[in-house]
Amino acid sequence: MRKYVPKDNVQAKSYYTDRYHVVPTVPTQGVESDELFTKQLEAISSQIEVKSAKIMLGQMIVEINHEDNYKAIEILKNECGYAMLSEMSAVDYLAKDGNFEVFYQMLNLTESKRMRLVMRIEPGLAVESVVPLYKSANFAEREMFDMFGIVSNNHPFMKRILMPDDWEGHPLLKTYPLQGDEFASWYEVDKIFGKDAREAIGPEIRDQAQIDRYDTKRFSRVGYEVPFGADISAGETKTPIEYSKTFLVDYQAADGVEPAEHRK
Amino acid sequence: MQQPNKLSPFFENLNFERDDNTMVINFGPQHPSAHGQLRLVLELDGEQVVKAYPDIGYLHRGIEKMAENMTYNEFLPTTDRLDYIASTANNYGYALAVEKLLGIEAPRRAKVIRTMLLELNRIISHLFFVATHALDVGAMSVFLYAFREREFAMDLMEDYCGARLTHSSVRIGGVPLDIPAGWMAQMRRFCDTVDYELEHTYNALLQENRIWKMRLEDVGVISAENALSWGCTGPMLRGSGVQYDIRKEEPYELYAELDFDIPISDTNDSYGRYRLYMQEMKESTKMIKQLILMYDETEPQLMAHAPQYISAPKEEIMTQNYALMQHFVLVTQGMRPPKGEVYVATESPKGELGFYIKSEGEPYAYRLKCRAPSFFHTGLLQEILVGTYIADVVTIIGTTNIVFGEVDR
Repeated sequence: MRKYVPKDNVQAKSYYTDRYHVVPTVPTQGVESDELFTKQLEAISSQIEVKSAKIMLGQMIVEINHEDNYKAIEILKNECGYAMLSEMSAVDYLAKDGNFEVFYQMLNLTESKRMRLVMRIEPGLAVESVVPLYKSANFAEREMFDMFGIVSNNHPFMKRILMPDDWEGHPLLKTYPLQGDEFASWYEVDKIFGKDAREAIGPEIRDQAQIDRYDTKRFSRVGYEVPFGADISAGETKTPIEYSKTFLVDYQAADGVEPAEHRK
Repeated sequence: MQQPNKLSPFFENLNFERDDNTMVINFGPQHPSAHGQLRLVLELDGEQVVKAYPDIGYLHRGIEKMAENMTYNEFLPTTDRLDYIASTANNYGYALAVEKLLGIEAPRRAKVIRTMLLELNRIISHLFFVATHALDVGAMSVFLYAFREREFAMDLMEDYCGARLTHSSVRIGGVPLDIPAGWMAQMRRFCDTVDYELEHTYNALLQENRIWKMRLEDVGVISAENALSWGCTGPMLRGSGVQYDIRKEEPYELYAELDFDIPISDTNDSYGRYRLYMQEMKESTKMIKQLILMYDETEPQLMAHAPQYISAPKEEIMTQNYALMQHFVLVTQGMRPPKGEVYVATESPKGELGFYIKSEGEPYAYRLKCRAPSFFHTGLLQEILVGTYIADVVTIIGTTNIVFGEVDR
């Protein structure tokens, strides 16, 4: 029987996990343990619904509904002093919870505080773009679209950024294999030589570690060398290994001629 | 207008004249001043840029995807390939993020070595900046002098870890090696050389150079508001008059104990940023000199003691059974950090290098997001290039100091 491979998450997994292994959790604190964060949280929760809030490793994490993202970031920028949006992106939880987690990493330069605004969003829904508030979201939202397929509404230029424009699939989804999918293996062949050349060229080998036992164009077996491109599906014959011969200089010249002279 | 078909594809560079008499040109991705793989589509009205569109992704290798498919220790050498000019800064940023997640701290000697390597890498990166920036603008000889000093720095890195460009010289939990004999003396000599050369070669060649000032002054002006909005960090932010350095504001490693200043520039232009880079190198040598003295007072331990996550020293692995067993598990399965998420920002030579790691308690990161400073600096180009002249485009790209390893990741 073939080994079961889950289709909704094809990323690398540990081959062995102890049955009694208990996963510890990074300790979290309540927001009330930090004065400044408490004030900021009050500013947010007075205007929009806050689903949860905590402090993990010195940074506040506030979860909100995805419809409120623009409003929340507006509050953070104008009332809480978060002058910079350091980063924003998403995490794929489709296999586990059926949604994405989108996070906004914010920085308050005057207080040297960082916080993260997180929200869950179902696939197919779009987030509101925050480019009017932070221009750094311009590239970041495009990258999120490129990698996860999450569209930002009212973005000035919603287009792929790292992958080619005519690419299919979103590479950071958990369903997307590391070596690329079927489309990826034909992309360059189609692009450079045309679809007609598919049969002559074959798919691109995107796994750098792949070894084909019967490919005599790129691999050979020591002791079983065959001519380039020979068909070995019926087996190959053993060839004696030829070691390079080292010519030793015989200093005891028999005929009385010095070896150096002899070589001339 | 061109009629592209299968036999004659669409040539972007032939499509010069448009209806409104502007010209579209492709700058890169093979342009020598494009700092790697930047393709900049410029719409020109005469020599003035009307519209700029940075097109990136030519060096995309899917490093974030690779992080999800590698154990934490396996991924560390891959971070070298982000900002390949100063790879220790990336190694360190990643290692620190994982250490925060694990809740461990490197021993003091490792901290001294790491801080020293970080500052050495800052000098390497800044020398590279001055060299290539001057070359782009047209000052050839500075390139040769700056690379001479950079070569000394690379030799020091080579003596320490054996690699010149992709160092991997920091490990999660500490450093792998102690300082070799005689290295500190060489380091001190190097610092003195850099200090001397900064004053007598680079400043003498550039600072009051008439051509250099004409090319750089009032070119690429970024207001503080704009810099914050575009997510500029590091010298790009401080060059706009905002005094924010993560080493000072959110100190990590030994920066809290060191005496150093944060130079800022309020001219907001390329010349101010160039002065800033020169000043930062001076601060770096100052820090390294302090660290050399701190090194002697430390205990010889190099890796943190956390048997659950980090292998014991080799000596113990070879002599003690239990250490060997743990080492075997850590190598074959990888460490399993607790469930949680962390975002750690460090001040890399280019700006704020942040690693966001989401761990689900597996030996593989559930999600790793690398916040690369150059990525956001590239985004800024589409705004500040508008209205400038084509000759200044090269200066502005040079002054952003973008490295495409971390833009495309």
